[in-house]
Amino acid sequence: MRTFAIMTRVLKELVRDKRTLTLMFLAPIFILILLNFVFSVSQSTNVTVGTVTVTQSLNRELGQTKHVTVKTYANKTAAKKALKNDHIDAIIQQKKQNYSLTYANTDASKTTATKLAFKNALSANSLAQMKGRLTLATTALAKLRQQLPNAPATQQQTNLAAPKLTNHYVYGDANTGFFDKILPILMGFFVFFFVFLISGMALLGERTSGTLDRLLATPVKRYEIVFGYMLSYGILAIFQTILIVMVTILLLGVEVVGSIVNVVLINLLLALVALAFGILLSTFANSEFQMMQFIPILVIPQIFFSGIIPLDSMANWVKAISYVIPIKYSGDAATQIITRGVPLSSLGLDIGVLLIFLVGLTCLNILGLRRYRKV
Amino acid sequence: MASASITLTHLVKKFGPQTVLKDINLTVQPGEIVGLIGPSGSGKSTVIKTALGMELADGGQATVFGQQMPQRQLLARIGYMAQTDALYEALSGKENLVFFAKMKGLTKTTITAAITHVATVVDLTADLNKRVSGYSGGMKRRLSLAIALLGKPELLILDEPTVGIDPALRRQVWRELDKVRDAGSSILITTHVMDEAELTDRVALLLGGEVIAFATPAQLKQQYQVATIEDVFLKAEGVTL
Repeated sequence: MRTFAIMTRVLKELVRDKRTLTLMFLAPIFILILLNFVFSVSQSTNVTVGTVTVTQSLNRELGQTKHVTVKTYANKTAAKKALKNDHIDAIIQQKKQNYSLTYANTDASKTTATKLAFKNALSANSLAQMKGRLTLATTALAKLRQQLPNAPATQQQTNLAAPKLTNHYVYGDANTGFFDKILPILMGFFVFFFVFLISGMALLGERTSGTLDRLLATPVKRYEIVFGYMLSYGILAIFQTILIVMVTILLLGVEVVGSIVNVVLINLLLALVALAFGILLSTFANSEFQMMQFIPILVIPQIFFSGIIPLDSMANWVKAISYVIPIKYSGDAATQIITRGVPLSSLGLDIGVLLIFLVGLTCLNILGLRRYRKV
Repeated sequence: MASASITLTHLVKKFGPQTVLKDINLTVQPGEIVGLIGPSGSGKSTVIKTALGMELADGGQATVFGQQMPQRQLLARIGYMAQTDALYEALSGKENLVFFAKMKGLTKTTITAAITHVATVVDLTADLNKRVSGYSGGMKRRLSLAIALLGKPELLILDEPTVGIDPALRRQVWRELDKVRDAGSSILITTHVMDEAELTDRVALLLGGEVIAFATPAQLKQQYQVATIEDVFLKAEGVTL
C-alpha cells in the first residue's frame, strides 16, 4: 500500500503546482495549433514569373495556371533586375525553339512550382497548336469529301476536348498535406517530451532536496517508489494524452479512420515509456540544468527517426538507429490507426516493442535506486 | 545484556581512490546518546549512511540490533533525520507526517495518535495544516525531527539536528532527546557544536577516518587535561593552544 501512498503524495504535489500543470496541458496544444497555422499557410506556393520574348499563347497558358502570375519583360536585363529585386521568382526566356529558365531559388518549393507550371503550360501550348493543325486538316478533309460523290456519310466526329480528370482520395481530401502526415507522430512526440521532462525533474527534485534519502531510510521497497511514480504520472499522462488527441482530432480536424480510443492507448503506452525513461535519466543528472542537457542529445534526435522524414530514404546504418527509438513505434502505430484504420491486434510488433521498452526501463529504474540504498 | 543498537567494527569505506573511513569502531548501547564529532569532511555522514545501509562497507562490519546491515526491515525501527530538512514543501506539515508514517509502516489506527504525539513534542500542533513552504527554518527543522520520531523508533540517527535553530529551541530539542533516551531508545547524533557534545553520554572523536577517542565527556576532558570538549578536539587535532 506504500505504492498508493507515494502515488497520492506525488499527485497532491502536482495538483498544487499549477504552473507545471499548465505547461503539461496547454503547451502541447498551443504548439499543435501553431503548427497547424504554419503548415496550412504554406500549402500553396504563389510564384511570379517574368517572361522575355515568349509567345503570347504560352504567356496565356502560364497565366491560367493557378498560383502563377506572369509579367512580361522586353529584354533580359530588365527581367534580371526584377529578379534581383525579388519582384519575380523566375525568368523564362524563349530563344527560337528553346527556352532558358533562371530561378531565384531562394525557396526550393517556388522553383519546383515554376518548373511544373512551365512544363504544363508548354505541353498545353503545344497541344493547342496540334489541335489547331488537326482542325485545319479535318476541315480540309471534309471539304475534299464533299467534293467526292458517293462518299460514305460516316462523319467521324473527332473529340478534341481534353480528358477530364477526377481525383479520389483514400485518406483525407485534396487539402491533406504534410501536416496531416506528421500530426500523429508529432502528437506522440509532445506526449513523450512533456512527460519525460516533468517526471525526470520530479525524481531529481526528490533527490536534491534529500527527501529520497529520507524515503529510503524507511522500510519502503524500491519497486514501491518506482511504481508509485509510474502510477501517479501515468494518471496524469492519461488526461494529457486524451486532451492532446482530442485537440488534434476535433480542433485541427484530422480525419481518423480507426478508433480514437486506440490512438489514445498507443500514446498512453508511449507516455509510460517516456516516464520510465525520464526517471532513469534523472539518476544520471545532478541538477535540473543537467537534466535539460539530455534534451538535445536524447530527445530531439527522436524526431528525426520518428518517421516524419521517410525512413526508407535513409542509409541502412542510420535506419538501424530508428529501431531503438520509441517514438518510431508509437508514430507508426498511430499513423496506421489514423490513416488506415488498422486495429490494435494487427499492431502487435509496435505494441510489443513499446512494452519491452517499458518493462526494461522500469526494471532498470528499480535496480538504479540501489545507488542510493544498497538493499 | 541486550545486543547493542549499533556496532561498527573495523569499518572501512572508500569512494574511488579516496579512503574516507579507515578503521571505525563504535558502539551505541540501548538507552544512551552517543555524539559523533569531527571536522567537516571527516566522514560523519558516511558513518551514518553506512549504519543505515545506504552505503556498503568496503571492510569491517556494521550491525544494527545485532543484525548485519544493510537490512531493509530494520529501517522500520530506526528514525533518521538528515542534514537537510528533506520535506515536501508543497504539502502541509500533517501531510508530510502522514506520508512518512505510512512509509514507516505504521498501521492506520496508530497514525493519528502518533502524529498528535510527535507534533506536541516539537510544538507544531498549531501549524500542522499549513503548507511547509510557509514554514520558517526552525519550524522545518522541528517538523523534520518530528518525522524522525514517528513510530517511537528504538534507534534515532540524527545528522546535525540543531543546525540553524535558535538556542531556546535547541534546548527544547535536547530535552526531548533526553526523554527519548530515558524511554530506552538509543541515539546517535552528529554535531560540530562542541557544547552540544557535553550533553551526550559518550562522545566519539572522528579524525582522519578513525575514531581517535571514545568516552564520556568527563573522561575525555580528564584524559586530555582540558576544560572543555572543544579543547579536547583542538588538542586531538594537534592545534597548539
